[in-house]
Amino acid sequence: MFEPVLLKNMDVPDGHLLSSYEAGGGYQALAKALHEHTPDEIIDLVKESNLRGRGGAGFPTGLKWSFVPKRAGKPKYLCCNADEGEPGTFKDRIIMERDPHQLIEGMAIGAYAIGAETAYVYIRGEYVLAIQRLEQAIAEAHEKGYLGTRILGSDFNFVVHIHCGAGAYICGEETAMLDSLEGKRAQPRLKPPFPAVEGLYASPTVINNVETLACVPHIVMRGPVWFRGIGPDKSPGPKLYCLSGQVRKPGLYELPMGIPLRELVEDHAGGPPPGRKIKAVIPGGVSAPLIPEHGLDVGMDFDSLAAAGSMLGSAGVIVVDDSTCMVKVATRIIEFFHHESCGKCTPCREGLNWVVKVLRRVEAGQGAPDDLEQLEALCKGIFGNTFCALGDGAAMGLRAALAHFEDEFGAHIEERRCPFH
Amino acid sequence: MNMREQIEAAAARYPDQRSAIMPALLIAQKEHGHLPGPVLEEVSDILGVERVWVYELATFYTLFHTEPVGLFHLQLCDNLSCMLRRSEDLLRHLETVLGIEKGGTTPDGLFTLSTVECLGACEMAPVMQVGDDYHGDLDIARIDALLDRLRAAAGQATGAELAAAAPPGE
Ligand SMILES: Cc1cc2nc3c(=O)[nH]c(=O)nc-3n(C[C@H](O)[C@H](O)[C@H](O)COP(=O)(O)O)c2cc1C
Ligand code: SF4
Ligand code: FES
Repeated sequence: MFEPVLLKNMDVPDGHLLSSYEAGGGYQALAKALHEHTPDEIIDLVKESNLRGRGGAGFPTGLKWSFVPKRAGKPKYLCCNADEGEPGTFKDRIIMERDPHQLIEGMAIGAYAIGAETAYVYIRGEYVLAIQRLEQAIAEAHEKGYLGTRILGSDFNFVVHIHCGAGAYICGEETAMLDSLEGKRAQPRLKPPFPAVEGLYASPTVINNVETLACVPHIVMRGPVWFRGIGPDKSPGPKLYCLSGQVRKPGLYELPMGIPLRELVEDHAGGPPPGRKIKAVIPGGVSAPLIPEHGLDVGMDFDSLAAAGSMLGSAGVIVVDDSTCMVKVATRIIEFFHHESCGKCTPCREGLNWVVKVLRRVEAGQGAPDDLEQLEALCKGIFGNTFCALGDGAAMGLRAALAHFEDEFGAHIEERRCPFH
Repeated sequence: MNMREQIEAAAARYPDQRSAIMPALLIAQKEHGHLPGPVLEEVSDILGVERVWVYELATFYTLFHTEPVGLFHLQLCDNLSCMLRRSEDLLRHLETVLGIEKGGTTPDGLFTLSTVECLGACEMAPVMQVGDDYHGDLDIARIDALLDRLRAAAGQATGAELAAAAPPGE
């Protein structure tokens, strides 16, 4: 059986307290990093581990860190992306609520590697308990000298601040997050310059997801070879999967990267409710194109899912059973993207507005015979033409629903009603 | 700490005062219940930043309320994972028992009902946030019990807290 790594402290009583974390070997990785490794060696370790970002895009973490200029002449920043707005995703919240020191230790090691003395954790404002726990953990870590000046007798100084978001999904996009941190409306920035060179306050900045940073202490302690040995070599490591929707045992599961989606849903999460069959599964939050039941044998890792026309994204696995109308599912997903569109670019702002209108009328049994062509034309106008990945994600999601469930969309239009009502 | 001191402490975390507008608005909203014009102006004065910057953020982010909300803001998630677990039924029930539509506030100023996008707690879908707390695995019986508890808690709320909530009869 797979022994949990990231979730190993979940069932420890008061696991969020420093004393519990230390009792489980906590902060030994930080000591090891500071006393036995140079910053460059830490970057090399992370590169060798093949750790890829858990925020959605799967970018190699060590490579990202290596882009930060060594001599910048400016302060450098680490930003932890704890905005977690992707529907179907709740892993970062659970890490912060139950094991916040794991994140703080990962941030400290990451900051040491890139030469940052300040980190901001951008955390969504709704996560009140996670915010409290993280604040408490930061205070405890200061008290014990894991944060602050001359940490553990080294020359490394580092502080962590919390910055609360205020309810905008787009703040999860890393450059929009930087604008939000600078006190502006959250809208994505043009790249290049990339944040590693010119990020927060035009200084070199690394943005990493909570789960990505939580992997780092384990890589330092147990080595890159151990990490790479879990799951596929190019996309390895322990992975958190968020199971929700029409499944018997929703919850957070830690399993190796690359586990077959079918095994995850049917064996671990108990399959669909009694008497129901799985119709489709969204593997990585609503930005990830859905996979119909017959495609569930795919591995849950960045490369396998990309090859299957979807993506691992945030590993928010949403299960849809055969009692559910796929037009309704697609409509709800696009309504979300439309609501969260930041309005900066026309294809996303206006295109999604039209898509929602057409989908709503199809769902209500008032679709026109050429509405499916309209939808495809709208997707074509959006995909590849937007400023950030939000618009693309919406178009890809809708295309997958149309491709796999064309008959359901067609039935709504022909029968002039929803066959599920 | 009073509001000004809290805002100044928050501002010390950033090299640029503009970054402190969001934290300041969260502090001010906690203090006043919502963010009317004079409060926004006070925030801009404390931080010494342009008023338009403050207005811009107060209207962009959905957690900021420039209009009054009820003492208890019921924020029901209706995103996909909650929808698949029948959050719609809960919305209809809440609308019926509270006698308001979503977006509305009860005449006694106790409850404002909204739907929100994913709360990041889909493992306990359907979920509703009320104030600082998440309530998960909801069904109609649990909703009714929760409303009873909130009404009882309101009986103990202070006059000032009630006044900060939506004005009666709106
Ligand atoms: C619309 C949009 C929303 C995003 N939301 C999040 C989010 O909530 N959390 C997150 O970690 N990354 C999110 N991302 C990805 C980030 O832009 C970024 O790639 C990530 O935080 C980098 O961290 P990583 O390399 O550790 O994965 C989002 C991207 C887009 C385009
Ligand atoms: S694609 Fe949408 S969210 Fe992204 S920049 Fe354009 S309008 Fe904003
Ligand atoms: S969809 Fe409701 S909490 Fe995520």
